[in-house]
Amino acid sequence: MMRETTLLIAGLAGVLTLASIVAAILTFRAPDRKNPALVNLNQRILAWWVMVALIAIAFVFGKDGMTVLFALISFAALREFVTLTHTRRSDHWVLLAMFAVIIPIQYWLVWTAWYGLFTIFIPVYCFLLMPAVTALQGDTERFLERVAAQQWAVMLAIYCVSHVPALLTLQVPGFEGRNLLLIAFLIIVVQGSDVLQYIFGKLLGRHKVAPSVSPSKTWEGLIGGVASASLLGAALSFLTPFSPIHAAIVAFLVCLMGFLGGLVASAIKRDQGVKDWGHLIEGHGGMLDRADSLVFAAPVFFHIVRYFWTV
Amino acid sequence: MSAARAIRHHLLRPAASVGLSALAWAITGVRPIWMGSEPSERQRIYFANHASHGDFILLSACLPESERQRTRAVAAGDYWGKSRLRRFIAEDMLSSVLINRNWTEPKDNPINAMLAVLDQGDSLILFPEGTRNMGDEPLMRFRSGLYNLAIMRPDVELVPCWIENMSRVLPKGHFLPVPLLCRVVFGPPVAVERGEDRHDFLKRAHAALLALKPRLKGDRR
Repeated sequence: MMRETTLLIAGLAGVLTLASIVAAILTFRAPDRKNPALVNLNQRILAWWVMVALIAIAFVFGKDGMTVLFALISFAALREFVTLTHTRRSDHWVLLAMFAVIIPIQYWLVWTAWYGLFTIFIPVYCFLLMPAVTALQGDTERFLERVAAQQWAVMLAIYCVSHVPALLTLQVPGFEGRNLLLIAFLIIVVQGSDVLQYIFGKLLGRHKVAPSVSPSKTWEGLIGGVASASLLGAALSFLTPFSPIHAAIVAFLVCLMGFLGGLVASAIKRDQGVKDWGHLIEGHGGMLDRADSLVFAAPVFFHIVRYFWTV
Repeated sequence: MSAARAIRHHLLRPAASVGLSALAWAITGVRPIWMGSEPSERQRIYFANHASHGDFILLSACLPESERQRTRAVAAGDYWGKSRLRRFIAEDMLSSVLINRNWTEPKDNPINAMLAVLDQGDSLILFPEGTRNMGDEPLMRFRSGLYNLAIMRPDVELVPCWIENMSRVLPKGHFLPVPLLCRVVFGPPVAVERGEDRHDFLKRAHAALLALKPRLKGDRR
């Protein structure tokens, strides 16, 4: 595990250094250094350094670090989601409970590896009790819309995100004590796919996948990004219990889910009339702008590994 | 200066100011949007919409630290002066200016307390609606204090500030905040024009503040 961790950190630092150098050369050569695209590129790379550093710190603290990190990511994502939805004064207790009760309980279930309750706590108990509390407040104005938005918020921002640290609870024979590397594999492949789709899209993008949802998603970006990220997954198979072929297939599936996550997030943003979820991550937008692909990919990755690789 | 007062002045207030601003950021991720005015050392009256007890903490969290130290909110004495705890929070921690909203004698006119603060060189945060807005209209009618201060201290800049979302974070009747993203939009300063009467100025100031309210699709904020 030590060897893989060292390789990983050296590899990521190498890629980011390379990206920083390329961006510095592009900026130096550009006729206009204040070009918004270049400014944004530099901000994005700088933010990547910070994000990689934060994840590396959580990595060092193992299960505790990962659980806390992703609980905080859920907090930021939930805050962005709820801010954009229609809420009324009578929703106060439910909204408060989402942050102060549901997040801690869900991550406590992850931490104690209580799989049975972890998978149904939100889709069964919160699903039924949240609208009940809302109904008890007696305010029926736009009731279904408010309740639906609350359900979406906890499903995306808490339930789906919590599947990332939940990877640590899986028992893969012959892979004991190395589950942190599964998280590294998932994040690198999904985020790598986002970056590669962005690069392929900027370089070759012509044909839009869903022009009425997102102008920046092109077929060229999608195919180039997902194909190269699947190869990246195969190359990273040494981190995982998968063979290179299996790693490529798993990477392909999670990248596809990641793409769909970005598409759904774009549709929600468009419906609400905003460009970004927030401003937490300089150059990227909000937490959900960065994590939308991970939100969709994490549960699927979790269940693929659980079904095919655990006993 | 007595020891207790010195501690209050040099330790408690700066600590409360930094601590509350950090707390406001942790809960709301608050960001200032300077649209037509910039952070400045000029003496100012920040006037804002009011729907939550958290409003002035949010607004002062958007100011540079040195400005925050000398910017004091005007708060209702009949609410904040009611118990020792409230008075401690309002006066000692937040150095608010408590005013009496139900005055009868001319000497009790709250404008005197505000003028005294301005004459010390401090800036003010003022909610010209006079009370928290609980209705459906976005901004209630302004009381005349803003006009009177503008006439009596014409050198002080009047900056409209639209506080967004705070009424959802901490609505009336609740004391636990829901974490939601907030922004404070600072607009271009307004001043009383030559010959402008009270009614016209207040209407114009009201419109200047309302113009900062973000217009997104429908009311889906």
